[in-house]
Amino acid sequence: MKAQLRIAAFTLSLLLVALAFIRSAPTVGASATGQIVGTIKLDGQAPHLKPIDMSKDPACAQANGGAPVAAENVVVGANGGLANVVVYISQGLAGNEGAISSQPATIDQRGCKYVPHVVALNVGQHMTVLNSDKTAHNIHPQPSPTGGNGQWNKSQTAGAGPIDVAWANQEVAIPVKCNIHPWMRAYIAVVKGPFGVSNDTGSFRMDNVPPGTYTLTAWQETFGTQTQVVTVATGKPATSDFTFKAK
Amino acid sequence: MFAATAEKNIFLGVKIMPATAAQAAVHHAPPQGFIRKYIFSVDHKVIGIQYLTMSLVAVFVGMALSWAMRIHLAWPDAHIPLLGWLSPSGAPGGLMTPEYYLSLMTMHGTIMAFFVLTAAPLAGFGNFILPIQVGAADMAFPRLNMSSFWVTLVGFILACATFFIPDGPPLSGWTAYAPLSAVGSVAGPGQGWGQNLWGLSIVCFCIASLLGALNFIVTTLDLRTKGMTLPRLPLSTWGWFIDAWVSLLAFAVLLPTCLLLVLDRLAGTSFFIPSGLVINDQLQPHSGGSPLLFQHLFWFFGHPEVYIIILPAFGIVSHIMPTFIRKPLVGGWKVITFAEVAVGTLSFVVWGHHMFVSGMSPFMAMVFSVPTLFITIPSVIAVLVWVFSLYHANIRFDTPLLFSLGFVSLFISGGIGGFFLAQPSTDSYLHATSFVVGHFHFTMGLSAIFATLAGFYYWFPKMFGRMMNEKLGKVHFWLSFVLVYCVFMTMHLTGFAGAVRRYSALVDDFMVPLIPANKFMTIAALLLGATQFIFLFNAIWSRFKGPKAPNNPWDATTLEWDTTSPPPFDNFGGRQITVYHGPMEYDGEASVMQTSPAESVAGT
Amino acid sequence: MAGKIFAVVVALITIVTAYCVIAHVWWMPVDISVHGPKIDHQIEETVLVAGLLFIAGQVVLAAFVFLYGGARNRIKQIPGGAKPLIVFAFLLVGTEIVALSFIGSKAWGAVYFEAPDPASMRVDVQAGQFAYYFRYPGPDGKFGSLHPDLINEGNQNYFGLDTDHDADAKDDIVTAELAIPVNKPILLTLHSKDVGHSFYARELRIQQDFVPGLNIPVHFTATQTGRFEIVCTQLCGLGHYNMKAYLSVLSPSDFDDWLRKQASMQ
Repeated sequence: MKAQLRIAAFTLSLLLVALAFIRSAPTVGASATGQIVGTIKLDGQAPHLKPIDMSKDPACAQANGGAPVAAENVVVGANGGLANVVVYISQGLAGNEGAISSQPATIDQRGCKYVPHVVALNVGQHMTVLNSDKTAHNIHPQPSPTGGNGQWNKSQTAGAGPIDVAWANQEVAIPVKCNIHPWMRAYIAVVKGPFGVSNDTGSFRMDNVPPGTYTLTAWQETFGTQTQVVTVATGKPATSDFTFKAK
Repeated sequence: MFAATAEKNIFLGVKIMPATAAQAAVHHAPPQGFIRKYIFSVDHKVIGIQYLTMSLVAVFVGMALSWAMRIHLAWPDAHIPLLGWLSPSGAPGGLMTPEYYLSLMTMHGTIMAFFVLTAAPLAGFGNFILPIQVGAADMAFPRLNMSSFWVTLVGFILACATFFIPDGPPLSGWTAYAPLSAVGSVAGPGQGWGQNLWGLSIVCFCIASLLGALNFIVTTLDLRTKGMTLPRLPLSTWGWFIDAWVSLLAFAVLLPTCLLLVLDRLAGTSFFIPSGLVINDQLQPHSGGSPLLFQHLFWFFGHPEVYIIILPAFGIVSHIMPTFIRKPLVGGWKVITFAEVAVGTLSFVVWGHHMFVSGMSPFMAMVFSVPTLFITIPSVIAVLVWVFSLYHANIRFDTPLLFSLGFVSLFISGGIGGFFLAQPSTDSYLHATSFVVGHFHFTMGLSAIFATLAGFYYWFPKMFGRMMNEKLGKVHFWLSFVLVYCVFMTMHLTGFAGAVRRYSALVDDFMVPLIPANKFMTIAALLLGATQFIFLFNAIWSRFKGPKAPNNPWDATTLEWDTTSPPPFDNFGGRQITVYHGPMEYDGEASVMQTSPAESVAGT
Repeated sequence: MAGKIFAVVVALITIVTAYCVIAHVWWMPVDISVHGPKIDHQIEETVLVAGLLFIAGQVVLAAFVFLYGGARNRIKQIPGGAKPLIVFAFLLVGTEIVALSFIGSKAWGAVYFEAPDPASMRVDVQAGQFAYYFRYPGPDGKFGSLHPDLINEGNQNYFGLDTDHDADAKDDIVTAELAIPVNKPILLTLHSKDVGHSFYARELRIQQDFVPGLNIPVHFTATQTGRFEIVCTQLCGLGHYNMKAYLSVLSPSDFDDWLRKQASMQ
């Protein structure tokens, strides 16, 4: 009887140790997750966008060499690649979103534009707002009134320190304006789980995607959203391309 | 209208019978206990000192706000640690944001205009001195008087409270134009609860002022002692009396205006907000209102307000000067009083000169311009009376007189600026520039302050039974006088270059060259602020350690000098006071008190 | 002694102030409008009249304080007592006032009481927190209607034009700068998108508030080419200090080029 109890206790403790080990193991290593890559294109002629005249603030005009500045509502690169599209997993990830990056996302007010024009980050991830301009800005995110993210605005005079903020709820995407310079626009996409933002060739990449089948959503500020189902396995990256139709 | 002889006593066609001090308002026995004596006191003297104490705190708060503003204008990158502590969002790390500058500016104007300039010369000195000067034992309504002070104090606390709420004080200026002030927090930081508290603060001030005005009027008409006919009233009492009428009519308009503003903000009304406004990307739900209506209502109060501020100053200086020049004012009581009545009356028909370029009919601009220019005439008469009374006088340059002379010089300077602003054509260039800021600081701000300081140095011995230090007083005067001109005359001059007011930073191409002048003004303003600590030290030290004051240290004539320093609780110790003369019995050296049966020496 | 010092200090203040004004240490910029000289003349007149009163007042005050300190004097009132003072105030000041009013009304009238030239070039001006935008009617000469609910600054539709459905709005030219041809009558219509603002162009000698809910006309003719600032002078919020637009007065051909270029960018 005693020997049986001892074996049982030993097995139990082994199991407990193994369980503890498993639970404390670092989140699925690179080798255990997959990737999603893709290209986003615009089908058709990009809409004519009026250039932005920043003459009302000479500091802005000078930072851009005095010439009108291209608007960023639709940014199309060579080969029709559509930039600034946020791609994220809208279905299938529940509970498996992974760790939030400890690296804060940054958005910079530079040349009286927001750089980058579209920022994606995780719920709870920190975001740093910088002002690199020689003029004051007042950043004003305008989240949806029912989305749970609070509306706020903060001034940063030239040379002021950074602002640190985090978002509590998913929202794709929060429009951002500057209260002092009416033409400035940015978008903050707050998502759970892996995400990617397309660059000016239209390509994006999402890392640390656990294997599985998901619905991907691609969001662009003018053209709206599109969805695709994708299956991710470890090893080869899954591909998901999107094409938005110009109006 | 005003009786010329001692027998008749007719005011506005009605015969007024002065009651004796004994018959008059001694409604209360001497107070017992600390609370009744010094806190919730119905004694006009205590109430007067309470007002003056509140104003003293308010003026240092108001000045501190102006120091922060001026530092930011001269050195926009300055980190002001105290500010960062007060508002981490308004001045993160002590670096002032544009909205916080406007909040400081709004509260600077509000606190100074109401809780210093309207409160100190009128409610502060008026409350202490007027009943004694008419020979009464107290105001007509002592309990109402006490309420007036406490309601005013609540108003001041509400105003200060705006600094401690999360969104901070409002940023719409002390003038709070709609729709910026009316649409609520969508219009910017501080426009939520900051503006609401501001509105409540002003409402309290209005109520207190209306009650106070009532007290002053009834006391002056009904509680004069035997022999104190209207022609024999001291000129300071005339100043407070005329001012109380203006105050009654003007604050009666500000009160509903603030209430309408609060209704637009909280109850969804649209008195001042038209339709179709898109603020913060939101189409506002209001419609049908008129922003110009707010301006008309505000300035209908706002212009008389500046005369509410200056008339007690006129009275105080007119009262103090004869004591120190040892002769009556030219024209006796009639000319200066006529001038004050004319100024007070005309002040109600000129308000549109604040609105020449506001979108009001340009024809109305011409209409308002005429009385605005004509109000110069009684003002000039008053200035001429003060200046020409100095002709062949025997001037004693004690501190009260120095501040009185400073008042005259500042009022001349400020008044001259009025010529430019009273004409729509010239105002179209100078409106909203620093010229206007210099102008109203001279006329409404510093003139009234100098007169208040003159009154302070003059009546301090009577109020506290001790003399202030004369040397420190003179230093205070000289530094203040010169520095005030350095700051505010320069503002007139930069105004000619079109320097726009209410800017938190000087970034425009034409504003940048004005930065050196602004640095000069900032340094002068900071030195001016430091100088006031000499006064504060003098006042506090003298209150406890100054040499004991006699009943009549200045050899003056009016009733307050015919009692102890400080006076007993019923002002005259139960004596029957009879008045035989007017207040300006000076013959170059000697003087005859109003209560003395001796021969007149100046025929008053 | 204090009296002598007071007199000297007041005299110095008067001299320094008068010098700064007469020498135009800080002064108005060049005037570039047809009605401007009338306003400038009015300011010069007022400087003269007010300046004389200022100097006289301070000097007499200083003189009396200088002369009559002490206890030795036999006091007397000025001859005539208050009467000459009252007469002086009414007559001299009254005359100045009437004169200034009459002449000044012509200056004011030149801005507001003369009707705009029917051939004026019209520009629609919108002020909003914290920028000005200008709208030219385009080849059809008509302004499209404004729809506040369509305002979308992110898409640079600052005026709320319905270019999809409104033919008049399709060719409207929206700019961030006010360019005008020199020597041509201009008629601006001012309206506000949100709160009170103001249009202050120092060189044009024009200052006119924007009142939400009203469309306010302002007309003028510029007489000189150049680049000038239009700044906001009605407190409108935190960006008030940074609210401006440039006024560009161009030769007629330069203006045509500019307008064509702007039209192509719409």
